[in-house]
Amino acid sequence: MDYIIQQFINGISVGSIYALIALGYTMVYGIIKLINFAHGDVFMIGAFVSFYAVTLLHLGFIPSLLISMAACALVGVIIERTAYKPLRNASRIAVLITAIGVSFLLENGGIFAVGAQPKGFPELIHKTQYTIFGNVTIDSIQIMILAVTVILMILLQYIVHYTKIGKAMRAVSYDMEAARLMGINVDSTISATFAIGSALAAAAGVIFGMTYNSIDPLMGIIPGLKAFVAAVLGGIGIIPGALVGGLVLGVLETAVSSVGYSLWRDGVAFAILILILIFKPSGLFGKNVREKV
Amino acid sequence: MNKSKSFWIGIVLSLVIYGVFQFLIEGEIVNDFVTDTLILIGINVILAVSLNLINGITGQFSIGHAGFMSVGAYISAIITVKQGLPFPLALVCGGIVAALAGLLIGIPSLRLKGDYLAIATLGFGEIIRIVWLNTDYVGGASGLSGISKETNWTWIFVCVVLTVVVIQNFVNSTHGRACISVRENEIAAEAMGINTTKYKVMAFTIGAFFAGIAGALSAHNFYIIQPTSFNFIKSFEILVIVVLGGLGSTTGSILAAVLLTLLFTYLQDWPEIRMIIYSIILILTMIFRPKGLMGTREFSFKSLKKKGDQHGTTHTAS
Repeated sequence: MDYIIQQFINGISVGSIYALIALGYTMVYGIIKLINFAHGDVFMIGAFVSFYAVTLLHLGFIPSLLISMAACALVGVIIERTAYKPLRNASRIAVLITAIGVSFLLENGGIFAVGAQPKGFPELIHKTQYTIFGNVTIDSIQIMILAVTVILMILLQYIVHYTKIGKAMRAVSYDMEAARLMGINVDSTISATFAIGSALAAAAGVIFGMTYNSIDPLMGIIPGLKAFVAAVLGGIGIIPGALVGGLVLGVLETAVSSVGYSLWRDGVAFAILILILIFKPSGLFGKNVREKV
Repeated sequence: MNKSKSFWIGIVLSLVIYGVFQFLIEGEIVNDFVTDTLILIGINVILAVSLNLINGITGQFSIGHAGFMSVGAYISAIITVKQGLPFPLALVCGGIVAALAGLLIGIPSLRLKGDYLAIATLGFGEIIRIVWLNTDYVGGASGLSGISKETNWTWIFVCVVLTVVVIQNFVNSTHGRACISVRENEIAAEAMGINTTKYKVMAFTIGAFFAGIAGALSAHNFYIIQPTSFNFIKSFEILVIVVLGGLGSTTGSILAAVLLTLLFTYLQDWPEIRMIIYSIILILTMIFRPKGLMGTREFSFKSLKKKGDQHGTTHTAS
């Protein structure tokens, strides 16, 4: 029993990373119906910005987290403005291909700039183990992950529901043309969505670096894809869905690893994706909408 | 000039190309590097033309083509290395098993559309890779080595011509027209009584078959195959070729495969720059010429005289 609870805690902390990345996917998809393949690479950039903030500028955890979130928000807006905005009226496949191209560019640009070798991420928070009860332990990094995730979620919930830009985002995702007619600046709303989503991905990148102690330019690919799985699992376009999807995926993955099939972990994530797409394409929280002619 | 006449001209022309290169290789006038480049071009042409059938002609956005390629590569390598059977049999079996994989993947996933299908095929490709990674019989992560080099210019040439002829004839047949109608408007095609699922699965199966052939050829060219050589970066590479050539144009795919393989070989000493150039090509193509080099047009001898031989109207992928 203790073992199961222990694995559950581990799963939640992995799942928080997926949830933070998945939020960016879900927000962007909700607003312009684009699977932003480059999102996983923004996550990578976030990890590298905080890495350099710590090693070169000798900053602590909170400042480096904030710097990396700000930098990635900027990166997200730049990507949107240069690559996706010219394609606002193009077919969805064209934008999807562009997103793949941007993802490629960031990965290989990263290899070009910092080299392909993994870098050791510095220890920002001293790792201490706390025993909750029985043999169940939780360490300070896991507590920090949960704290960061919860704070960012509350912040996001506040932004989306109680601020002007949040209202604009919801309006644009509901009906872009009508929102434009009502005087909402659609372009700046989309940019804001990219900025917020990218900042969340950056936070996930910092957390990832602290958890696994190793970062490299290709680190965004697999977590990025899995976060997309999480977004689909929860129902793409739905913010609470991304959170739940991420946590569920994290727990399931940890469960698969803990029964001794760790090499199949990624396979299980994709199998879940395909099963969800086939049997409930709108996700756990979504409603099914029939396509009209 | 009618279709069959230009078909025969094409065959004769390609035989001339074959003869010239065969002469150059036999006489050792060109070095091994050129031969290897020719083989790579051939493999990429097969991959691009077969993916174009799925993505360009039928309008189904698949990005798991490397998965089918890996099935062909592994099955053929098992047949020659583990069973000691001849290469031609391995080639055919690789293709057939890949086609079965395409059928298997096609049936459930083709209920999906657009980007959902894209992500599902990506997932399938990754699952296939993870299966190879966890199968000790084929060497797991370290891969399967000791594959004899069987692929040569003749094999490549025969397979390329076979692929192009089969796929081009399929596209120009009733089935091909049905596939194009699925691409243009799926709902309308269905209303006209076309069994869209059947044609989507058909395109997937044929595409997967030739991807398997390409995989078998590439396995017997490089002596070793590893699960990582068939990850989705490989799938994207094939996709870039198809997109650059023009989704829906077989000749465009061939042209882009030749151009990009040459560019790739030329830049192979600088792998990062090579990939950066690749991605920039992809982004710029989408922004400035979303139709690719050829659009949906085909190069034909007729179009040299009269411009514009378009099959199908404007290309609108969902």
